[in-house]
Amino acid sequence: MYAFEFERPDTVEAAVAALKTEDAQALGGGQTLIPSLKQRLASPSRLVSLTAIPDLVGVCVADDGAVCIGGATPHVRVAADAAGSYPALAALAANIGDPAVRNRGTIGGSLANNDPSACYPAAALASGATIVTNARRIAADAYFQGLFTTALDEGEIITEVRFPVPEAAHYQKFEQPASRFALTGVFVAKYGDGVRVAVTGASEDGVFRWTEAEDALSADFSAEALAELSVPADGMINDLHGSGAYRAHLVKVLTGRAVAAC
Amino acid sequence: MPKDHGIGASPKRREDLRFLTGVGRYTDDINLRGQAHVHFLRSDVAHGRLTSVDTTAAAAMPGVVRIFTGADFEGVGGLPCGWQVTDRHGAPMQEPPHPVLAQGKVRHVGDPIAAVVAETREQARDAAEAIEVEIEELPAVVDMKAAVQDGAPKVHDDLTSNLCYDWGFVEDNREAVDKAIREAAHVTTLELVNNRLVANPMEPRVAVGDYAPGTDESTLYTTSQNPHVIRLLMGAFVLGIPEHKLRVVAPDVGGGFGSKIFHYAEEAFCTFAAKQLRRPVKWTSTRSEAFLTDAHGRDHVTRIELALDADNNFTALRTETYANMGAYLSTFAPSVPTWLHGTLMAGNYKTPLIYVNVKAVFTNTVAVDAYRGAGRPEATYQLERVIDKAARELGVDPIALRRQNFVTEFPYATPVAVEYDTGDYNATMDKLSQIADLAGFEARLADSKARGKLRGLGVNCYIEACGIAPSHLVGQLGARAGLYESATVRVNATGGVVVMTGSHSHGQGHETTFPQVIAEMIGIDEDQVEIVHGDTANTPMGMGTYGSRSLAVGGSAMVRAAEKVINKAKKIAAHLLEASEADIELKDGAFSVAGTDKSVAWGDVTLAAYVPHNYPLEEIEPGLEETAFYDPNNFTFPAGAYACEVELDPETGKVTIERFAAADDFGNVVNPMIVSGQVHGGLAQGIGQALLEGAVYDENGQLLSASYMDYAMPRADDVPFYQVDHSCQTPCTHNPLGVKGCGEAGAIGSPPAVVNAVVDALQRAGHDITHIDMPLSPSRVWAAMQG
Amino acid sequence: MAQVNMTVNGKPVSGEIEGRTLLSDFLREGLGLTGTHVGCDTSQCGACVVHVDGAAIKSCTMFAAEAAGADVTTIEGMANADGSLGVVQQAFQDHHGLQCGFCTPGMVMSAAALLKDTPRPTEAEIRDYLEGNLCRCTGYHNIVKAIMAASGQDVSAVAAE
Repeated sequence: MYAFEFERPDTVEAAVAALKTEDAQALGGGQTLIPSLKQRLASPSRLVSLTAIPDLVGVCVADDGAVCIGGATPHVRVAADAAGSYPALAALAANIGDPAVRNRGTIGGSLANNDPSACYPAAALASGATIVTNARRIAADAYFQGLFTTALDEGEIITEVRFPVPEAAHYQKFEQPASRFALTGVFVAKYGDGVRVAVTGASEDGVFRWTEAEDALSADFSAEALAELSVPADGMINDLHGSGAYRAHLVKVLTGRAVAAC
Repeated sequence: MPKDHGIGASPKRREDLRFLTGVGRYTDDINLRGQAHVHFLRSDVAHGRLTSVDTTAAAAMPGVVRIFTGADFEGVGGLPCGWQVTDRHGAPMQEPPHPVLAQGKVRHVGDPIAAVVAETREQARDAAEAIEVEIEELPAVVDMKAAVQDGAPKVHDDLTSNLCYDWGFVEDNREAVDKAIREAAHVTTLELVNNRLVANPMEPRVAVGDYAPGTDESTLYTTSQNPHVIRLLMGAFVLGIPEHKLRVVAPDVGGGFGSKIFHYAEEAFCTFAAKQLRRPVKWTSTRSEAFLTDAHGRDHVTRIELALDADNNFTALRTETYANMGAYLSTFAPSVPTWLHGTLMAGNYKTPLIYVNVKAVFTNTVAVDAYRGAGRPEATYQLERVIDKAARELGVDPIALRRQNFVTEFPYATPVAVEYDTGDYNATMDKLSQIADLAGFEARLADSKARGKLRGLGVNCYIEACGIAPSHLVGQLGARAGLYESATVRVNATGGVVVMTGSHSHGQGHETTFPQVIAEMIGIDEDQVEIVHGDTANTPMGMGTYGSRSLAVGGSAMVRAAEKVINKAKKIAAHLLEASEADIELKDGAFSVAGTDKSVAWGDVTLAAYVPHNYPLEEIEPGLEETAFYDPNNFTFPAGAYACEVELDPETGKVTIERFAAADDFGNVVNPMIVSGQVHGGLAQGIGQALLEGAVYDENGQLLSASYMDYAMPRADDVPFYQVDHSCQTPCTHNPLGVKGCGEAGAIGSPPAVVNAVVDALQRAGHDITHIDMPLSPSRVWAAMQG
Repeated sequence: MAQVNMTVNGKPVSGEIEGRTLLSDFLREGLGLTGTHVGCDTSQCGACVVHVDGAAIKSCTMFAAEAAGADVTTIEGMANADGSLGVVQQAFQDHHGLQCGFCTPGMVMSAAALLKDTPRPTEAEIRDYLEGNLCRCTGYHNIVKAIMAASGQDVSAVAAE
């Protein structure tokens, strides 16, 4: 690791101020960032830890019924505290990484990193979540902008993620055998005004909505409604763990299973 | 009633106490006063000419002690190869030099170009980034068959080609085998890949070099399975340090599986640099570095043909294998696809004619050498897969086909130069049938079907050869080492025993099992016996632990030394009891005179040996300490039968192991608990090979599976509880304990069972699939199902 | 360099650290607690698992500075007060749940964390919970069995030895 200054503020304001230093970087749970620092793939001048800010940790239900999760809330807390309010989201959180990773990794860290195989982006996009930062509110549809790319500006901190709670939802994750990240993961969320389907792990452009399935499922919320659909293999990730065609196939299989499990 | 001590008992492991409380002492736990740290700058291209290595700027970086490059090792020996294979035409293999640091060329990603020694690890790494390296990149050779084509880029410019050797075995059988295959009633042919694996002991390699100027003694602390071998190879061939000035210590070692047999550049570097710099030098591998520097395993591409007569008797077997050596010859690499592979091609069967051809090939990849099983898994896999395929082609039961062709009379001389001393393959198959509940398969199949899943059953046999020996024979076969083992049994004055063994324990539990043997022989408590291993300064010259040899060879040496001790003790006892030596019996820790009630305790005899007041000094020397070197006169031949049941998700191709059963014949068993544990671990590695693991290079020689993010290690939820049994015991006929070796069996016998089961599941579902190459990942299985 | 204070195995400790000092490095090199092992650099093997404020975490994927003020427990703190093996440790020995010992500290720490939340885990729950702990020696059989035994379950039906 390259050397850096380490700061651990206890307010959002202090964190935002600390991140104004050139090449400063926010540190969530560090479960992805620290391994990449070890490989010297990043060289921040200063790391600003967000996990000691009490305001950023916790799960609650807002007046409009949305489940609100503090940006520095570890997966283990989401798994436990959202189990009643948004079970599919809690179940997703309960299956990210392994228990030790879930004790440290945070929702804000995951969404800020936007790994193309991460689980949370699928939930956020399928739920039409709002990414709340220290500066603004960003709709999920505008937030995810490709591999490891988001709408966040330099130094902008995710303070909260607000999930409208669907009538029914389910996340199906098919694990890459080595990393146990999603080789392909599909989050299906059924709302009163329609169904949203978000896919992670599969596309070269990162998390995406499978709109054809959304249309079909909005008309007929059953696995059979997908029968005539197919996902093109073009633009799907092709690596040693699976071809683009395989991932495209999995998208359909997992969507069907998610619907069936709703 | 199971025994509670001695041979056949399962006492809890004594070494566990330190491992469970965090006070084990692994090499990385060693930090010497004044130690500096080394970081190796490694090639990031697979093949290239080093045109310039400029360390000027780097040398001025903070904390840098000194930077070494290949030029510093001119005049220093290279890493030696310990086995010379002679090819079909009588010529020796091509044997390129292997410098400690690259000279002139880099030949694989990870090849060390420079070594930066600095005050801290991070400073060393900082400075390594400041080294200016110019490499003229050359086309990489990765595919073995392409590597041996005319005009292929050469990994080593001074060799005639990338072909290390073209080995035929038994060459005199070649024509007869060809003829038998031409004339056979049925020939089953299979082409397959034995996937490249990375051993991945959980402890990465570490080396700490130290030098004492006052005595001119060098010490290397290293993660090794065989410290004496490292001392000999490094001292004699690399650095020119005589053994009496070189000590190699392998303390607690966190697993090896073969990858810690070999002598590595980092060991030589740390020892060399410590002497140059007059201060300790430490290197700790990261896991990422381990993927690029630890010797890999397997990586064979094979075509096998099995000929059968009209009655389904095996009549001939012919194989052609390309075996990857990687960029350099690792310590025992040439022996793995030849003498550890060709000699096992008879398997458990009385095939009369066998011919094995192996072409060993250099490529721009990490060196390949022995990994748990080493040659025997490759032999077993192809043989058991082709038999399964033959059974399906002929429409006969695969178990019946095997039984029909079993070797049933022993000793049995195979057509591939080895003699099986004992075995009972029908007995292990019978046992397997019982513990695997083969009779219940149909019901489980129906249950899987009801849940929309495919189910398959795979069964196979294996035989392996452990305790490679004897030395005079392996010398003829090209080994540049002896393959004996040693032990010194030192009895202290108050009766306690210390055994100094050349075997090395890195998970096998020798500190528990070896005392069981001594306790049984003498009749004292096991806690009276201590095992010393892993330090060349206080153990006799030994060959270490690999090839499932510790008990069969090292244990035999210990028994021989203990017998010498007991014989001498009987003389002392005879003197003390005023009886004839011939009448002295040792039982339960006391010497008695046969037919009388006269006896003397073990402790009184041992005390007399060191306080020889009343002692036959004119006949024997004082003291009670003996050493034995044991050189076996044959291999041992463990064998068994394995069964795997898989469930397969037809929508995703994902295979899960539902049941796995292993019935092994290891001869006599000293500690059943530890033997079962060895089998469990081997099974997980074999299942890992079959379903999960694979080291994959791209066409440019970049390792794609270079971390646990892409190299799938078996996890707890990838495997089931196993059913293992080793109650079928045909004791080895030629070692004193009648033991065979159990360390590798699980890894050898399990891959074909898994693949046979998957093929079975797919064929039951109507798929015309006869083979899928390992690892049978979901995507591969799914792709095969798409046709 | 900065000063960090924390409690490790019940004792207050302090030391000089850099921002980049990992908790595993602080434990091993700063405090000499070498029972915590480092087996990978991608946060997967779990040999470095310790407890921070009661939660199992990978100490190679947490900065020492993040543990400031925390209560840390390592394998060295798992024995009983009289020095005898704790329940999980004893079960690992009784059921041969370790071979080379390198993954063992992390396995024991993870197992202890599991049993704190799930006093009688099923086989499947144990295997799932160990997703972040790699063992290359045991094939997991005796580790799973040991954890079941540590939770007071009868494991005599599990394949012997």
